[in-house]
Amino acid sequence: MTNLSPANEPSLVDETEAAEVARDRAGDAPRSGWRMLLPTMTPWLVIGLVLVGAITLFGIFGPYLVGDPRQIRDIGLTPPSGDFLLGTTQTGQDVLAQLAYATRGSLQIGLLVGVLATALSAFFGIYGAYRGGFADEAFSLLSNVFLVIPGLPLVIVISGFVPRESRGLWTIAVVLAVTSWAASARVLRAQTLSVRHRDYVAASKVSGEKPWRVIVVEILPNLLPVIASQFVFAVIAAILGEAGLSFIGLGASNSATLGTMLFYAQNGFALSLGAWWWFVPPGLMIALFGMGLSLINFSIDEIINPKLKNLRQHRKRARKAARLERELARATRRSRPQEPDAVRADRAKEVSTR
Amino acid sequence: MNYFLRKMGFYVVALWAALTLNFAIPRLLPGNPVDILLAKLQQRGGTVTPETREAYALLLGGDDSQPLWNQYVDYLNNLLHGDLGVSVSYYPAQVTDVIAQSLPWTVVLVGIATVMAAVLGVTLGAFVGWKPGTWLDSLIPATTLLAAVPYFWLALILAYFLARVLGWFPLQGGYDVVLDPGWNAEFIASAIHYGALPALTIVLASVGGWLLGMRNMMVSTLSEDYVLTAEAKGLSPRKVLRSYASRNAVLPSVAGFAISLGFVVSGSVITEQVFSYPGIGGRLLGAVTNNDYALMQGLFLVITLAVLGANLVVDMLYGLIDPRTRARS
Repeated sequence: MTNLSPANEPSLVDETEAAEVARDRAGDAPRSGWRMLLPTMTPWLVIGLVLVGAITLFGIFGPYLVGDPRQIRDIGLTPPSGDFLLGTTQTGQDVLAQLAYATRGSLQIGLLVGVLATALSAFFGIYGAYRGGFADEAFSLLSNVFLVIPGLPLVIVISGFVPRESRGLWTIAVVLAVTSWAASARVLRAQTLSVRHRDYVAASKVSGEKPWRVIVVEILPNLLPVIASQFVFAVIAAILGEAGLSFIGLGASNSATLGTMLFYAQNGFALSLGAWWWFVPPGLMIALFGMGLSLINFSIDEIINPKLKNLRQHRKRARKAARLERELARATRRSRPQEPDAVRADRAKEVSTR
Repeated sequence: MNYFLRKMGFYVVALWAALTLNFAIPRLLPGNPVDILLAKLQQRGGTVTPETREAYALLLGGDDSQPLWNQYVDYLNNLLHGDLGVSVSYYPAQVTDVIAQSLPWTVVLVGIATVMAAVLGVTLGAFVGWKPGTWLDSLIPATTLLAAVPYFWLALILAYFLARVLGWFPLQGGYDVVLDPGWNAEFIASAIHYGALPALTIVLASVGGWLLGMRNMMVSTLSEDYVLTAEAKGLSPRKVLRSYASRNAVLPSVAGFAISLGFVVSGSVITEQVFSYPGIGGRLLGAVTNNDYALMQGLFLVITLAVLGANLVVDMLYGLIDPRTRARS
């Protein structure tokens, strides 16, 4: 489509591609079906995995390493120091200790809602599309209606009606899940519709398999990357949603999440007192965790939409070709000007060893 | 069936679902909102007549003298006449008056911010997707950080740096309180000055999604045959970008407006709280903390209606700009 290598060496890109094909044909690295489902390791994916891994470890093991987050001291609002790495709150509580417990709380609710919302969207999306007819129409209408009704205001109204004492972790999780499954269900429905009439699904049906088996064994594997990506998004959305709810004081009672930390920071006038160490870390934690999950999602996206992957590989080849070309130019300048065959052989070797 | 009729039908169903949800929520959940509300009303010096009690019971449930079906019909009838009850926290103001006062603030703020974010994101996304592999393209994953930032936290950070440290913008409120609200230059300038920070928050938090969606669609569109044909014809790259690639790539972004608008409205509810903005979101949270159930329900209804209305308009426009949607149905 576009001419990515300079005009004097137009064949370089093709050559690297040819080398790759040759290597594949030679059986050096056969790509099995399962490996095609796994994302390629890119620097961004590594960053995402490191972020998510580090924050998860902090949430799991952090609370064992810090002191009591509720302990009150007479050193209110001290900036970060050696004793308290992230300073203290208005009542002298250790911000780092609170952060550790809050991260654990937020991860818990994120995971819980992520699983619930994914299960709901899978049921409404896949089952409806598989059955077709009235069930499909009804489920699709239901998810479209839920899609256009704004989620957070609904959650706020529901939480407003539930008395504070009966507002537990599960209530909040169910409310968040019920208001967030619709978009995924719509995507899954479209995907299922495209898979439903393939020959192997028909064959499985004709051979008398039960509907649940056809769905789980024949259809679900095709949708796995999509579902994985939706699960990741659901977790981000849940953590953000819960943080928002807790921030306005409508979260689960007796829970410690990043949102409740921000709620106390806001109500303790952290902003106007300039106590940045109190309100920056919880939000940053959410943002970094969300960013890590989104970066992982980028790589999953490449499995769902191979055009994005081709683009990256194309770019990689173009970069490699440009580099080879520079080296080649340097080499020809240094040695005798006319020695095309030897250089060409060199280059081919370099390409095949990458 | 006709595309437009079908869409209208869908929105009628969605509207009915929203109204019914509004009716069902207080009746399905534990707690007795009517008693709390009437107690508050008496505290404020309102007289509680049996009629008031009945009106609230219609709105919120708890009245067992009538069958549920009759309550439902009466509830719909009251809504049809625009009767949403009396607000407790702003007693003796009607809920509709409170909403009418705060609605313009939110509509203008969210409207302008959303349009700005969409235009900015789509334009940037088109350019980034058009020239993949530039330094701009490699920055794309970094926009995920912006998308994952909680709205209200971004608002806190912006308020801290731009309002408290640098003092460029006021920290709270919707306008300078010494001025009288009205259509004069001084008041509008003040409203813009106060609205800049909330708007910036919404734009920053939502631009990443638009950018990413447009960029991915652009990449897919560029491998279409008609783009290749346009290039082969020798059209200038700018013309190909403008008239062939981006026009087709932008369609899913337009169709995805529904989802994004829901997110923006949700985010702005809490953003308004941070800035004490006099809009719908601040009122909704105030109503929740004061157990002002009538106002709460009214506000939810209005927010839902606004989102439904905006989506209806976008769907109608979409039918006009993309003939394929009309042909398919």
